[in-house]
Amino acid sequence: MTDWRPGAGQDALQARAALLAAIRAFFAGRGVLEVETPLLCSRGITDPAIEPLLVSGGLSVGAGTRYLQTSPEYAMKRLLASGSGSIYQICKAFRDGEAGSRHNPEFTLLEWYRPGMDQHQLMAEVAALVCTCLGERPWQALSYRDLFRESIGVDPFADSLASLQQRVHETVDVGALNGDRDLWLDLLLTHAVEPWLARQGLCFVYDYPPSQAALARLVERDGHAVGERFELYVDGIELANGYHELGDAAEQRARFEDDNRRREARGLLQRPLDEALLAALAAGLPDCSGVALGVDRLLLLATGETDIRHLLAFSWERS
Amino acid sequence: MANFSTNEFKPGLKVMFEGDPCSILENEFVKPGKGQAFNRVRLRNLRSGRVWERTFKSGESLEGADVVDRTMQYLYNDGEFWYFMEPDTFEQHQADAKAVGDAYLWLKDQDNCEVTLYNGSPLAVAPANFVELEIVETDPGLKGDTAQGGTKPAKLSTGAVVKVPLFVTTGEVVRVDTRTGEYQNRVSK
Repeated sequence: MTDWRPGAGQDALQARAALLAAIRAFFAGRGVLEVETPLLCSRGITDPAIEPLLVSGGLSVGAGTRYLQTSPEYAMKRLLASGSGSIYQICKAFRDGEAGSRHNPEFTLLEWYRPGMDQHQLMAEVAALVCTCLGERPWQALSYRDLFRESIGVDPFADSLASLQQRVHETVDVGALNGDRDLWLDLLLTHAVEPWLARQGLCFVYDYPPSQAALARLVERDGHAVGERFELYVDGIELANGYHELGDAAEQRARFEDDNRRREARGLLQRPLDEALLAALAAGLPDCSGVALGVDRLLLLATGETDIRHLLAFSWERS
Repeated sequence: MANFSTNEFKPGLKVMFEGDPCSILENEFVKPGKGQAFNRVRLRNLRSGRVWERTFKSGESLEGADVVDRTMQYLYNDGEFWYFMEPDTFEQHQADAKAVGDAYLWLKDQDNCEVTLYNGSPLAVAPANFVELEIVETDPGLKGDTAQGGTKPAKLSTGAVVKVPLFVTTGEVVRVDTRTGEYQNRVSK
């Protein structure tokens, strides 16, 4: 018999509704405008680590293809460049191939932008929101470099690739794996650093290696270039990712093209660039910081559940 | 056999890993938001029983293993091999000591058990969870002692030794949990 029932209980549905209401009240109190942007976009993203789901067929789509958004970032930046001021959005986002106890290919994202804020000011606001939803608790912030040094005694900027690889092989069996420096750093992060983060409560990590900066500005710290990007971990669960947003259209175009070269090297399809975003940046993005937060994972933390499939009315398998 | 990609890995899937048939126990998807995706996989080697953890880059694949579990009837042991029969086809399979392992302690003629076939040959044998076996040797029972908690060793027809209550005597049939080797109760004949 077809299992038609939801995977989430009534209390989970009520907890989600309460969380969404608390988020909207938080932003209403701070004068941040709620906006909506399209889910079906004419351009995808070039990020080599994120795969979009495609929609083809239908009169409206015609012979082309639409991309289900992986985040509302580009459209929201077009609003910012047109003078929207501070904005937020709660929407569905889609990422192909991501499914597990903390991932669902279709998930709920909260994303917001604050003109005039740098990454540290926005981190403080993220902490305030999370404390509103989860109850007051202390928080700390560590640079990516200090995080690796303090948790596992590795310097992610200075240590050789060979020593990073050796550290991975001491930690986990990965077989005969090949990849760039970021692959080995990601393995250390997920297998060695995250267990340490699980004991740190609410912890921000900031100033990422430039190769992981994505859409963040680059600055120099202690002789190393870093991206002004931050991540929030709560009890070891990655909850939010933010940037001091890159506003330089030429630099952004060069990074997109570099993404496509990396995609090609990994055997992935190249993606056309989002020219509308690049034109908006050229017209002038206000100096701002922005952040995306996984609402399903925030609900996971608020309810003490361990698997988001118990919090989604209908997870991927049931939808 | 078909290849299975990490996104098809699920508990119970049988795959070839480093030359041996394995059963996937757990598959956890891990991915930093802006980083590369991995699958942390726990596998049981069906030949050695050893459990191993390997992290794969998402999208990697493993060859499927031709492994099936069948309920079969145990027939007899000829001193070297144990013989099992499929109830539907009457096809017989011979299993060596390595495949049978400790299961021989619980195999009684005509009992059903689970035989794992790898490329058509027995790889492992699991007895039924409960079996009924006759006691062939134990110290004489103490008359009237049905309530005291004491136990004594008793040798069963298969050679297994289990602890039984003091009142149980040679020749009686007892029910045993094969997963723990614990006596459950006497069975009236």
